[in-house]
Formats: sequence, C-alpha cells, structure tokens
Amino acid sequence: MAFRRRGWSVSMDAAFRVLAIVFACSVIFVLFLVALSLLGPALPILERFGPRFLTGVDWIPVVGREAYGALPYVLGTIVTSGIALLVGVPLSLGIAIFLAEMAPSVIRTPVSFIIELLAAVPSVIYGLWGLFVLRFWIRDYVEAPLSTYLGFLPVFQGTPFGLDILTGGVILAIMIVPTVSSVSREVLMAVPNGQREAAYSLGATRWEVVRVAVLAYARSGLVGAVILGLGRAVGETMAVTMVIGNAVGAAAIPTSLFKGGQTMASLIANEFNEADPVSLHPSALIGVGLILFVFALAINILARILVQRVLKTRGGVVE
Amino acid sequence: MARYWVRRLKDRLAYGLGLLCVVGAIIPLGGILIEVARQGAAALSFEFLTSPPGPIGEPVGGIANAIQGSLIIIYLSTLIGVPLGVMTGIYLAEFGDNPLGRAIRFFSDVLTGLPSIVVGIFAYTMLVTALGSFSAIAGAVALAIIMLPIVARTTEESLKLVPSALREAALALGVRRWRTIVSVVLSAARSGIVTGIMLAVARIAGETAPLIMTILGSQWFFVGLNQPMDALPLRIWRLALLPYDYAQQQGWGAALVLILIVLSLNVAVRFAARGRYRGFR
Repeated sequence: MAFRRRGWSVSMDAAFRVLAIVFACSVIFVLFLVALSLLGPALPILERFGPRFLTGVDWIPVVGREAYGALPYVLGTIVTSGIALLVGVPLSLGIAIFLAEMAPSVIRTPVSFIIELLAAVPSVIYGLWGLFVLRFWIRDYVEAPLSTYLGFLPVFQGTPFGLDILTGGVILAIMIVPTVSSVSREVLMAVPNGQREAAYSLGATRWEVVRVAVLAYARSGLVGAVILGLGRAVGETMAVTMVIGNAVGAAAIPTSLFKGGQTMASLIANEFNEADPVSLHPSALIGVGLILFVFALAINILARILVQRVLKTRGGVVE
Repeated sequence: MARYWVRRLKDRLAYGLGLLCVVGAIIPLGGILIEVARQGAAALSFEFLTSPPGPIGEPVGGIANAIQGSLIIIYLSTLIGVPLGVMTGIYLAEFGDNPLGRAIRFFSDVLTGLPSIVVGIFAYTMLVTALGSFSAIAGAVALAIIMLPIVARTTEESLKLVPSALREAALALGVRRWRTIVSVVLSAARSGIVTGIMLAVARIAGETAPLIMTILGSQWFFVGLNQPMDALPLRIWRLALLPYDYAQQQGWGAALVLILIVLSLNVAVRFAARGRYRGFR
C-alpha cells in the first residue's frame, strides 16, 4: 500500500512537471501562432504586389483600381520613433543617472515611483491629452517659432497645425521615458561598486565617476535600454493615431515635420474597421501588421540580448 | 587635469541637469492628471455613470455599458491569462534552470515587447474571422496574451524570493515536490503573485488597440460572449473623435474613471509590495 502510494506520488511529481512545461511552452506557441496568423491573411497582398508592397506609396482601397504600398507608413514609423529617441533618450538617461548615482535616497524613492506611474497611464489617455492639450502647446510654443525663424529648412515646411509628425514624435518621447529610464537605472545599478570605488580613490568627482567608470562599463546595457524604448515607440498605437493627422498615400511620406503623417500602427487602427472584406484592403492592413511585427521582433530581440549581457555581469564576474 | 573648481562646477552642472530631466518628465504627468481631473470632474454625474450612450449628437447618456464591458473583459482575460502565466512562472522559477527555461524566459520578454495591435490582429484572424463575428471572447484572448508574460515574470521573481529553507523544510518532512510548490512555495509567494496580477490587470484595463479589431465597441450593455461589446478605453477613443463638445466632455469623464481604476491599482500594488520585499530580506 505504502509502495503504491509512493509510486502515485512520484508520478504526480512528473505529471506536475510536465504540466508546468506544457503551460510554459504556451509562450513560445503563442508567439509562433501570432506569426502564422499574420502571415496567412497577408499572403494575398504579398502575392499580388510582391516587393512593390514594400516600396510603393499609393494606397487606394477602391475595388477595381486597388493599389497598396506600405513605404510611407514604414517611413512614418521610423521618423516618429526617431524623434521619440532624439527627445526621450537624453531625458531618460539624465533621469537614470540622477536617480542611480546622484540623488539622495529621500528623493530617489518618490521620484522613481512617479516615473513608474507615467508608464501606467493608458495610451488612449495620452492620446486624449495630446489631441486637446499638447497639440496646442506644440503648435504655439515649438512650431510657431521654428516656422518663423527656420521656416526655410525643408523639414519645417508648411503651416504649423499641431496634428502632425512632430507632435506624434513628442508624445512617443513622453511615453518611452519610463521604459528607458527604469531599464537604464537597473543597468547602472548592476555596475559593480568596485568600478566606482576605484575612480573615487583616484580623486574623481561624482560626475567623473559616472562618466569614466559607470557609463563606460554599462554602455551596451544602456544601448539595450534605448532599443527597448525604440520597440515601445514603434508599436505604440493609440496616442500616435490621435495626434499624427492621419494622412494616407503619397501625402503621408514624412517630408516635413509640420505635415500630417501616418505610422504602421496608426494606419491599422484607423482603417481596420472600415476595410471592405471583399477587397484586398484587410489583407494589406495585416501585411502592414506583419512588417510591424518583424520590426518589433528584431528590435526586442536585439535589446534583450544587450541588456542581458550587462545584467549577467552583476557582481563583477565578466563572462 | 583641469583645475579643481572647474571639475567641481561640472559636477554641480551634471547634478542640475539630472534634476532638470526629472522635472521635465514630471511635467507631462502632472499636466495629464490635472487636465483629466479638471475636465473629467465636470462630466461626472449620476446619469453619466449609470446609463449607456445616447444617440450620437445628443448630449445625453453615459458610459455605464463601457464600465460593464471593461469589468467583463478584465474578468475574462484574467481567467485565461492568470493560470497560464502563473504556471509559466512556476516552471521558470522551479524547473527553468536549463536551455528550455532560458528560451521561455527570453521569448516571454519578447512577447512583452510585441505591439498590442499585432496581438489584436492575431485574435482577429484566429477568432473573429473563424467565428464570423466580433466578440467579447476574442478581446479577452487578446488581452490574456498581453497579461501572460507580465504575470509569468512577476510570478517567477516572487517564487525566487521564497527562501530555499522553506522548500527544504517541506521536502525534509517527506512532502513531494509538486505538493511543496503548490502548498508551501506558492502560498509563501502569494502576495507577490497577486501584485503581478494586479499590475497586469492595470496594464490591460487601459489597452485600446487590440479591442478595435476584437470587441469592436457597442452602444448597448453586454449581450453575449460571441457579440460585440464596449469597453472604457475604446469608448474614450470613439468619443474623442466625435466633433461635438459634449462628446469631448464625456471622453474626459470616461478618462477620469479609467485613470482612477488604473492608478489606484498601481498605487495599491506599490504599497502592498513595499512591506513584502522588506519581510523577505
């Protein structure tokens, strides 16, 4: 009896382990299914247009004279994410360095708490605020002066309107700050104290310690944090959709910052419910989703590898 | 080497710049909170919270069906996402110190970074197309996938905080491994796991993009799992795009309700988590 009970229990151990493995593998399974569910419906558009789907600029969802090209939206995503990094990264690194290396702990805890709250605000609320508040700040205090003094530059062409690529980029910048600053802070805190102590013992000031001993050591992890922020910016949908102006076709090519644009994600959000199911329009939108998926996947994999490399060396053991 | 006062000045300057960055990041948060509170409070009323939307163009009605829809979708996706996430977390913490474990950890991080609209397309192709209609259940599956990696990684972290002495004590008493995990380790890590679940709930409560292509939105109260449904974030988006002043006002009101739900979940989690980690060290 005792023997049988023990055997049952041993097999329960094995069963539990198998169950855990099966559930855990759902993560990989889901990722695989996501790829399949994009590839399947996108096939018709890829077969019909081939590489022209990537390089074309027309977007005519009218049955009979349909044409779909994703280039303007790929460019729109690249440009808005670029602005987001340009504005957001210096800010985030400043915050991370300040919080990890300089701030007294009285400031540190509440400030990191507030910055994490920034990450918790839903994207649609950023969009609402962007549409009714930030838009006017940008138009009156950023775009108007830029247009007056630097209006001759090609990137500042057009009438400042507030619902354009610049506002889209700025709202993305605000949204990536919590991600980039909290991962960077983690990376900085993983730098072994020996690094800092060595620099201090040579008489370095606090800033020199950060610059020479900490930043140099954490570089690849910080790059990872930035790329992680890029991943967030590339996939962000609602806030951008509400402020970017929603241009379509050749008009959406981002030639000026003061022009309505469109990102891959905002295009899908805007048009998905209006796509005629008998046309190629849904397939084209899912095709754009596939491009977005590949972008996000590549960016995230790269970022995770870079961040892992630094966090693994915690405690000064360089592998 | 530069003079000492120059180096000291640079140090001060760096400190000032850091402080400036922090202030720069807090301005938008303050701006959003103030604006949502100011505009949203004006929209709140008993009618607004208890009735479904009126006909488009008339300043009547409210967001009751959206609040109901949000609660339903949170409930359903928690039902799907939490068991998956917790089991994945258990695997990662207890059995995951091998190549498969590392692969799952890696892919779960990648899943976290997947654009939510892509997850929406997934649910659309797999469920909406297959079942022939926009439905509450498709939305719940999409949100569950977004929850999964968050719950998995926080569960893993909290299980790893449980001292191994607890496990050893149970094993020494002859308790089997699976029983130890379920009865001893899980219950010791309970508050950490709950924290992770609440964070994940806060995250999906505000998700909008995947709902566009799954639950679609609706003017009515919940009618069935296989039917379109409304949700707060979706309602905010639709209201914001209507060209009426009353609609914008209602949009702010809905935003206030949503932000109260999400931020109170977050604040509660931070306070609950604070005592816990100290306890284990």
